[in-house]
Amino acid sequence: MDQESAAASGASLISLTEHEQRYYSGLRALCQADAPGKLSSSKVAELFKASQLPPESLHKVTEVCGAKHLGYFGTAQFYIALKLLAAAQSGLPVRLESVAGNLPLPRFAGLKNEPEMRYAAAPPASDPQGAPVGSVAWNAADRGSFRHLEANTDKKPEPWSPPRSPCGSPPRSPLTYRSYPYSKQRNGVDAQIPYDGKLSSRSIVQPEQHSSPGHYVNKLAAEHPAVAQASSAERLNQPATLSYSDDDPWRITAEQLDYYTNQFKILQPDLGALILGAVAKNFFTKSKLPIPELSHIWELSDVDRDGALTFTEFCIAFHLIVARKNGYPLPESLPLTLQPAPAQHPEERFPDTPESSEPLIVFEDAALRSCQVVKDPNSVARLDPTLASRKQDLQEESLNQDGSVTRLGSSREKPALQLGAFPEKPEPHQDLDPQTRTKTRQRSYSSTSIDDAIKKAEEPPTPPPRPQKTHSRASSLDLNKLFQQGAPGVKSGWLLPPPALPPRPSASQVPHFLKVSEQASQSKVQQPNFADFSHFREEEESGVKREEQGLASRFGLSSEDLGSTSQQDVSCTPHGQVPQKPIRRKYHPESQSLETGAPPPPMPFLPPAKTSQKLLSRQKREIQMAIRKNRETNAVLRRLNSELQQQLKVVHQERVTLESQLELLRPLAST
Amino acid sequence: MFHICLLMFSPQNYPLYIRSVPCQNELKFHYTVHTSLDVVEEKVSAVGKSLADQRELYLGLLYPTEDYKVYGYVTNSKVKFVIVVDSSNTSLRDNEIRSMFRKLHNSFTDVMCNPFYNPGDPIQSKAFNGIVSGMMVQTVCVF
Repeated sequence: MDQESAAASGASLISLTEHEQRYYSGLRALCQADAPGKLSSSKVAELFKASQLPPESLHKVTEVCGAKHLGYFGTAQFYIALKLLAAAQSGLPVRLESVAGNLPLPRFAGLKNEPEMRYAAAPPASDPQGAPVGSVAWNAADRGSFRHLEANTDKKPEPWSPPRSPCGSPPRSPLTYRSYPYSKQRNGVDAQIPYDGKLSSRSIVQPEQHSSPGHYVNKLAAEHPAVAQASSAERLNQPATLSYSDDDPWRITAEQLDYYTNQFKILQPDLGALILGAVAKNFFTKSKLPIPELSHIWELSDVDRDGALTFTEFCIAFHLIVARKNGYPLPESLPLTLQPAPAQHPEERFPDTPESSEPLIVFEDAALRSCQVVKDPNSVARLDPTLASRKQDLQEESLNQDGSVTRLGSSREKPALQLGAFPEKPEPHQDLDPQTRTKTRQRSYSSTSIDDAIKKAEEPPTPPPRPQKTHSRASSLDLNKLFQQGAPGVKSGWLLPPPALPPRPSASQVPHFLKVSEQASQSKVQQPNFADFSHFREEEESGVKREEQGLASRFGLSSEDLGSTSQQDVSCTPHGQVPQKPIRRKYHPESQSLETGAPPPPMPFLPPAKTSQKLLSRQKREIQMAIRKNRETNAVLRRLNSELQQQLKVVHQERVTLESQLELLRPLAST
Repeated sequence: MFHICLLMFSPQNYPLYIRSVPCQNELKFHYTVHTSLDVVEEKVSAVGKSLADQRELYLGLLYPTEDYKVYGYVTNSKVKFVIVVDSSNTSLRDNEIRSMFRKLHNSFTDVMCNPFYNPGDPIQSKAFNGIVSGMMVQTVCVF
């Protein structure tokens, strides 16, 4: 009968001892109601009153067992209510948790005439789940206990006082009974029952719920080769009776984790290893979920995107499948509680930068891509493992058509990714070379743009040291300083050209100076003519760096009167002869400086007041020109230098090769 | 309004994925893309002699038709990506197209990693869709 079946199913959800079973079903028979499955509320109320509990607790009981919610007392509710009554009578709070423990039978006063009727009327349970065995046994035990109960009732003042003896048989027994027929089907039930409880705390009392896990259980059983132990089923039933305060379906409980672990071990004995994609595919296909959903689940759970599942990922995937099976819609992204903790696999946590690691699709900025930086808060920098895994992915892509997935197995690095980070993949890459990117964006978009950028960065070399500003006002020049500076300053002395002309009164001396300079230049005399030159030379050797300054200062000084000198200077310095240049330059300016040094000392003392301003402007211009020309010569010289060095290297190499050839030939010649 | 259209073709040249923003003129896009496949084949066969160099995965501007520019990209497994954009979209640089292709290739690799995906099936992955939409919207809306 339906009632009995419901009773049986309800009984299996809460642990009832044999005694309790019988007792309750008897009581239920007492309260037989109009509609099947429903107990007459008046009779139930009577019974409750007979329990001699205060009305508030009776109300509480009604509420907790779910009858209030339902509006009527179904069998399961009734049973639970009875248990709650028992709990209340023994002083426990009226809550579902109290139902779990071993409770004495509830006592009801004033129900004397029922037991015989009850037991006689108790029909055998016809469990649709196939526990006729249990029911038969129940009947058999029924008779035995009947006597037992009767004997008990004699002992207690109240006729219905239940035997205080702890219903010795473990609460599991009826379940064990019933679990035998389940044995095949309950492979997955240990995973199921917790879900049952989790899905809705109220659903514990819903007998209908039993069908859905049953279905799933059937399916799972067919899929999973593992045979769940009855003990594990029992073990898991215990928590099932507890109400689940957190309704979060995405949290993996300990039992589920155990189950998943077992399954993982079956597929892959090593917990730290990966399950290959194909293996996982076969496994999850057994769950009979549609392929697109499985595909979506895979996408959600394969966090590191390597085509294989770590243990964590496997748990996530399994959990998602189970949830889906229980009717939960698949989330679009991984729920927070399911996301693997960042601290779990520190060596695996890397940012999603598969872009960075595509050695096969590297574009012109490949070099930049190779250096990656942590971006994702949940992940740590990953470089080469991603490279390798990506490489393998790409290769796998090409091999996939051949169906060889073994390559995946070799990707043991387990780089872990975050799901949501995938769209971020391009960004870290972009962030890494922002400069070049912006540069490339602003300029051209070819590979050379980077080179251009680099060149431009290098372009502004440090300008040559500015000439001291002291010379800008010729009149107030400290000639002694210039005197000292003038001598060394002369790398490109042939550029002396328009040094600042001395004040006009001294112009008369110019030709004299010119001649002297010419002579000096042409003579190539190493020893200066004037006694002061030794002083100059020393200066020159010591302070080569102040060349330009000295030059410019000299310009400032003698720009006027040496205007023509410059041309001659230039002509005097043949550029063609390389080794002589430096020397010439050295001494040229030396002589020049000599000339300029000599006249200046007497000159400044002449009153240049009239021409001072003109001098200034002219000097400025000349100085600037001189500076420019100096810079040019510097650049030219630098290039020359580098070219010469290269030539030198080449020549050296030739020499070395020639020598080696010679050595090779020598033994031949000797023999 | 700028148009952009992305298509992916399997090695056997049947479409794996088609997406265009906005949704008008799709047929025209499809036609353009199919004609561009010839150009792609041409380039691929020319490139095939040398080793698979990274640069050659990106085929560049295949040819500019009246209004549209067509860019091509081929992966190692001969899966072809084609992007068609407005010619009026002059601010779309080559580098950006390259980066788009890179993103696509990555997403495609992830789809491939999924053991439930059979190569040759049309791509239905939500993640892939999401990335493509994001990319297209970004390119269209930026300008």
